[in-house]
Amino acid sequence: MNSILLSAIWGIVMMFSGIFTKSKTAIRNTAVLGLALLVIVNYADMAGYHVEIDTHKMLFFDTFGLLGNAIAFVSTLLLVLLSGRDMEKIGNNLAEYFALIFFVLCGVAIVTTFNTLLMLFLGIEIISIPLYILTGSDKRNLKSNEAALKYFLMGSFSTGLMLLGIAFLYGASTTGTFFIDDIWNQRPQVAPVFMAGLLLLLVSMAFKVSAAPFHFWTPDVYDGAPTVFTSFMATIVKVSIFVGFIRLFDEAFGSAQQTWQIFVALIAAATLFVGNITAVFQQSVKRMLAYSSIAQAGFMLLALLALNGIAKEGIILYAAAYSLATIGIFAILIRMKDYTFEGFNGLARKQPVLAATCTIFLLSLAGIPLTGGFFAKYYMLTSVIASGHYLWLVVFAVLCAAVSVYYYFRVIQAMYFKDGEGTTEREPSSGFKGLLVVLAALVILLGVFPQALLSQLSHFIYTW
Amino acid sequence: MVAVLLVLIPLVTGLAGFFFKSEGLAKGWALLSSLATLVVVLIGLGMARDSAALHFDCAWLPELGSRFSVALDGLSLILTLLTAIVFPLIFISTWRDKYSKPWNFYALMLLSQAGLLGVFVATDALLFYFFWELALIPVYFLASQWGGERRIQATFKFFVYTFVGSLLMLIGIIWIYSHTPDHSFSIKSFYAMHNKISGKDQTWIFWLMFLAFAIKMPIWPLHTWQPDAYEQAPTAVTMVLSAVMVKMGVFGLIRWLAPVVPVGFWAWGDTVSTCCIIGMIYASLVAIKQDDLKRLVAYSSIAHMGLMALAVFATDANGMQGVMIQMFNHGINILGMWIVVDLIERQFGTRKISELGGLASKAPGLAILLMIVALANIALPLTNGFVGEFLLFSGVFSSAATHYNVVFTCVALLSVILAAVYTLNMIGKVFFGNTNALTSRGVDIKFNEKVVLAAIVVIIVFVGVYPKPVLELTKETADFLLTSMNYKP
Repeated sequence: MNSILLSAIWGIVMMFSGIFTKSKTAIRNTAVLGLALLVIVNYADMAGYHVEIDTHKMLFFDTFGLLGNAIAFVSTLLLVLLSGRDMEKIGNNLAEYFALIFFVLCGVAIVTTFNTLLMLFLGIEIISIPLYILTGSDKRNLKSNEAALKYFLMGSFSTGLMLLGIAFLYGASTTGTFFIDDIWNQRPQVAPVFMAGLLLLLVSMAFKVSAAPFHFWTPDVYDGAPTVFTSFMATIVKVSIFVGFIRLFDEAFGSAQQTWQIFVALIAAATLFVGNITAVFQQSVKRMLAYSSIAQAGFMLLALLALNGIAKEGIILYAAAYSLATIGIFAILIRMKDYTFEGFNGLARKQPVLAATCTIFLLSLAGIPLTGGFFAKYYMLTSVIASGHYLWLVVFAVLCAAVSVYYYFRVIQAMYFKDGEGTTEREPSSGFKGLLVVLAALVILLGVFPQALLSQLSHFIYTW
Repeated sequence: MVAVLLVLIPLVTGLAGFFFKSEGLAKGWALLSSLATLVVVLIGLGMARDSAALHFDCAWLPELGSRFSVALDGLSLILTLLTAIVFPLIFISTWRDKYSKPWNFYALMLLSQAGLLGVFVATDALLFYFFWELALIPVYFLASQWGGERRIQATFKFFVYTFVGSLLMLIGIIWIYSHTPDHSFSIKSFYAMHNKISGKDQTWIFWLMFLAFAIKMPIWPLHTWQPDAYEQAPTAVTMVLSAVMVKMGVFGLIRWLAPVVPVGFWAWGDTVSTCCIIGMIYASLVAIKQDDLKRLVAYSSIAHMGLMALAVFATDANGMQGVMIQMFNHGINILGMWIVVDLIERQFGTRKISELGGLASKAPGLAILLMIVALANIALPLTNGFVGEFLLFSGVFSSAATHYNVVFTCVALLSVILAAVYTLNMIGKVFFGNTNALTSRGVDIKFNEKVVLAAIVVIIVFVGVYPKPVLELTKETADFLLTSMNYKP
């Protein structure tokens, strides 16, 4: 509860901060302060200190959701620290951008802890609407406008589907309830209306996490949006919706797993295939990262398929590893003059720190051992193998992961082994470099001692 | 403690090596570190086999059932010994090679050594997988940064091949892990699974894991990365690849596959053996036609590795010992071949056999030493190659695991004849005959190269004349292996 309140309030504070001060540094510092506070109050919530508000069980604050929040807030904090300065270049409404980010975080906190379908819907909308604006915030850029419009149209359509699905589920429930743990209600067989509602929710959630074949908006939107916000959308928003996704299907439809598993398996296979294969053909690193985020979503869908204790642990680890690495790469990408692969040629010679950290992030995304990405993928594979079904999907996922090496390593090859003028727009500050090193160290720490995150997690999750 | 030191020394010195920004210092540091590793291995060799110092075990990922546990047994010892001997020899023999940013080069070399040694000592499947990849990543950077003209493509091909293999192996490892009763990655739990996995599951686990090892060795038809990678990598890296890294494949087969899924191993033995002998003949024939020295040695390596894999699948006591000994021998011999290739390339700027000739009159020292290495490579008696190959062939011939042992032996023997053809042919063309404009300027080898080649010759002759210590070292492991595969009561 703490974080929902604080993020909403701080969003308003940010909005008005633009009136009181014109100093961009002051606005940015206010935002950083707010994010730091969010991390702290969220931690306090986990430790048991929270504001008592009767939500009539519409929200349920368990460790799984709160850890999802923690990852989202820490990632946002890192994102703002790394790329806050680059936000100033987008336009003059810096305070509003931060306000919108805080509103998104409020939605995130709802989506990770919802207990009724109404709250899920509310959370998804609170996330989506500010994102439409953020996507189009580069007002004079046609691509940004196009992206925002596309995102808005497709997004509202999927929201409509979600609403329809919720209505079906409400109708199918014996007692007329939105509570996710009552929807199933131990019925002996699946009614067609129930199944229709379930599939509509699956489709609309798949749309939000850009799973194939509902991913068509992703490359254009990610490419058109200002890079800072692409980074925000591809990491924080995506993984927290995933946390909600898992929560929904585990609580509401967990008992009917047999009936929908095949659909998730097919979506996961399609997502892995489309994401990885298309990423291979990209010329721009930004667009490649958009497709790579689709591919990574395919891997995260494996957790939804297995839906056991390992999967829930894994999705948290995956969220952390994926967000840290992607934020790092985007932070470096924003500083580049040229977003194509050729733009990275010879970066290692000019900016050894940037190139080295970028390499670690890329290795993590590719799932090489000693990085967090390895254990993330390891957990996804283990969860499906432990469930005993869909082993073909595991082999398929692994082959796709091997394809992903192609495009991630293309960047490494460009930075280290090719000659060129790979230059940044301006000399990055030592604070920026230091933060990147910290981020890279975190990625490696997750890869060598993942217990740091997992030990407290497994303790809670198995009792969930 | 000895086993931990083997991993720690190259790992720590390698990481530190990035910060020596001077060529001489970086080189010296790398040599010193590799010599320290060699000393540690020799200490380990001197200890009693059941000594507690050869084992180490501590908690690493308790939630996952994975422990940091390493140990040295006969098989590990012989391969760590090979690794520990090969690295200082590489550093000394390529002492005069020039690299841009040499400190990075030497640091990465040491890191790859850490990975290799880790693979050989790990007794925990997840740890094994970690080291398996750790050995690969530095080699990728080494070969892509300092290699030949087409280095980026060739190295990338190599990387993707092995990465696909290792991911498939990971699935196999996870599957076995999730079916162990105590959810543990330890080698004991894995070995205890050998009679608990159904025949059908054994088949596909066998293939998942075998692919990783087959790519690494490589076995025909998965060998296509190898000639390109060897040709394009800088010679020092090629030496690591062919002398030590390909042994990871055979090692994985013996340590992690055969005792865990013996039924799958036995059921598909004939299929794999057929691939092996096709590869041996094919690679030998291709080697005869090669004009590039590096490619010739690369193809000869495919043929030799095929024979080792063949013997593993024969599952015979002699053959198993032969495999372990031959891994060591092949590592030493091929290192000698690469050193010669490197010397020739550095002196004359070409590796084309057709452009060379008459070197023996200009570099008699080199010619003598190479002759001995080449004879060992074609397994002449009194050389180490003879001991290994004799055991291998006797193992394949008396194999109880296959009905086609006679066919396999006969065809495999053909490859020995072919090996003599291409090796002697190469020596004849490069070292004898008339000198030409290019080779008439040749000079004999320098002191450091003489030392390395002499050391290699000493090992070759020593193992060839008195193989008893090596045989004793490997006997126990071979017996244990056959017992757990049910080939020995």
